[in-house]
Amino acid sequence: MTIEARQISFQYGRTPVLREVSFTLTSGRFHALLGPNGAGKSTLFGLMTRLLALQTGELLMEGRSLRRQPADAMRQIGVVFQQNALDLDLTVRQNLFYHAALHGMSRKQARMRSDQELERFTLTDRANDPVRLLNGGHRRRVEIARALMHQPKLLLLDEPTVGLDVASRAGLNRHVRTLCEQDNLTVLWATHLIEEVQPEDRVLILHEGKLLADGAGHDICEAEGQPGLAETFHALTGAGQT
Amino acid sequence: MKPAHYWHCFVGIQAREWLRFWQQRTRFFSALVRPLLWLVVFAAGFRAVLGVSIIPPYQTYITYETYIAPGLCGMIVLFNSMQGALSMVYDRELGSMRVLLMSPLPRPFLLVTKLLSMGVVSIGQVYVFLLVARLMDVEPPAWGYLAVLPALLLASLMLGALGLLIATWVKQLENFAGVMNFVIFPMFFLSSALYPLWKMQEASPWLYWICQFNPFTHAVEAIRFSLYLEWNGQAFGITAAVTLVLAAMATAGFRPQRTRILSTGGAA
Repeated sequence: MTIEARQISFQYGRTPVLREVSFTLTSGRFHALLGPNGAGKSTLFGLMTRLLALQTGELLMEGRSLRRQPADAMRQIGVVFQQNALDLDLTVRQNLFYHAALHGMSRKQARMRSDQELERFTLTDRANDPVRLLNGGHRRRVEIARALMHQPKLLLLDEPTVGLDVASRAGLNRHVRTLCEQDNLTVLWATHLIEEVQPEDRVLILHEGKLLADGAGHDICEAEGQPGLAETFHALTGAGQT
Repeated sequence: MKPAHYWHCFVGIQAREWLRFWQQRTRFFSALVRPLLWLVVFAAGFRAVLGVSIIPPYQTYITYETYIAPGLCGMIVLFNSMQGALSMVYDRELGSMRVLLMSPLPRPFLLVTKLLSMGVVSIGQVYVFLLVARLMDVEPPAWGYLAVLPALLLASLMLGALGLLIATWVKQLENFAGVMNFVIFPMFFLSSALYPLWKMQEASPWLYWICQFNPFTHAVEAIRFSLYLEWNGQAFGITAAVTLVLAAMATAGFRPQRTRILSTGGAA
């Protein structure tokens, strides 16, 4: 699924948060959205998921306008939010069923899809455990499984590794990359952690609401005359790696 | 989207509310203590002070407990709906609200379904209260228990929509205590829940008019009349009209243009 953002600007009151941001996400690829805290990443996600309304500019999902055909677009999007959005008192499977129902899926479809996703994320034996009993890494996996229940073509992940240890972070990142390859899923992974980005990834660098760079990681480094992404990121944003 | 999608979504939201209720069942029963205290303690103290004459829908002299029972049903719905609606927007519900709004189905449908599902749970609480009240000689006709259902649903929808509206529009009232003092208590005391309005008219004409303008009065009267198998078109009409207006305003508050969810989540 190809996603095109055209000249998107957004402001809270009089404070501009995004300034004329334009980019295209290529179908079936992993895209990293890099930016320090406060860069405007979550606002961009808010606009792409209709939690916020577009003020200026246009977002097109496979050529369909998010503004004019929101339901069509929303059916194609799966989201993993920065903050936990699971119901801790419900079981893993109940959380998945709830999401499926919100997308109009029957109980039979929900059972079939949840079996598939739980197996893929090796969570089958935890299906009937309350989410509260799972560790941070497992909860994140449940959130991704949930986001994929309705078989979206675009997966948005807003700093999905916040609060996870190094091993869980790396595991989750690997997992999502596999999804891109297996399911031809378009992924936009927002982060401020350079180690989650590989040189060959498509990288978008956002800083103070402006898109400073857009291209393959190694191309951006070359253009900036920097040896690696961390140095490039630092040079462009003036921020140290956190 | 096809009708089947709406149906699956409706059932899913209801199911989740019941699952949550089951998880928090101790809270369900502890919330029953409040109206039962009013019925057992407050009513016992006040029955001697307050004489209730024969007024519709009652056919004869009634005890004070019988008079306030419908008002206390309204109280259960009032507290639950407000608390539920506020928690939809604030606190831990923040995440699940985002999940709800990510559905491709229209937001007014999602929000009204959510309010209805919360209403159904608090109606369950009302029925448990009415059963206990029966042990205390509050004995409406048997069919009254069924007839009161639409009034209870309407009341819960109206009060849930009001709670949602308050939570969406009034940024200052971010805690339940504030809403309790400025909305719930005035609504409850300035209504016909605890005393008939003619009593209030004797005491103060302007307080009487405030009670008349309070939609909760009409919700309580709709509950009272239905419970005793009498039709009160005025009470139902006003409650339904207010519900429509509040629901329209509350769902309008959740258009993306007005959504504060992201900003309250501290996003940038």
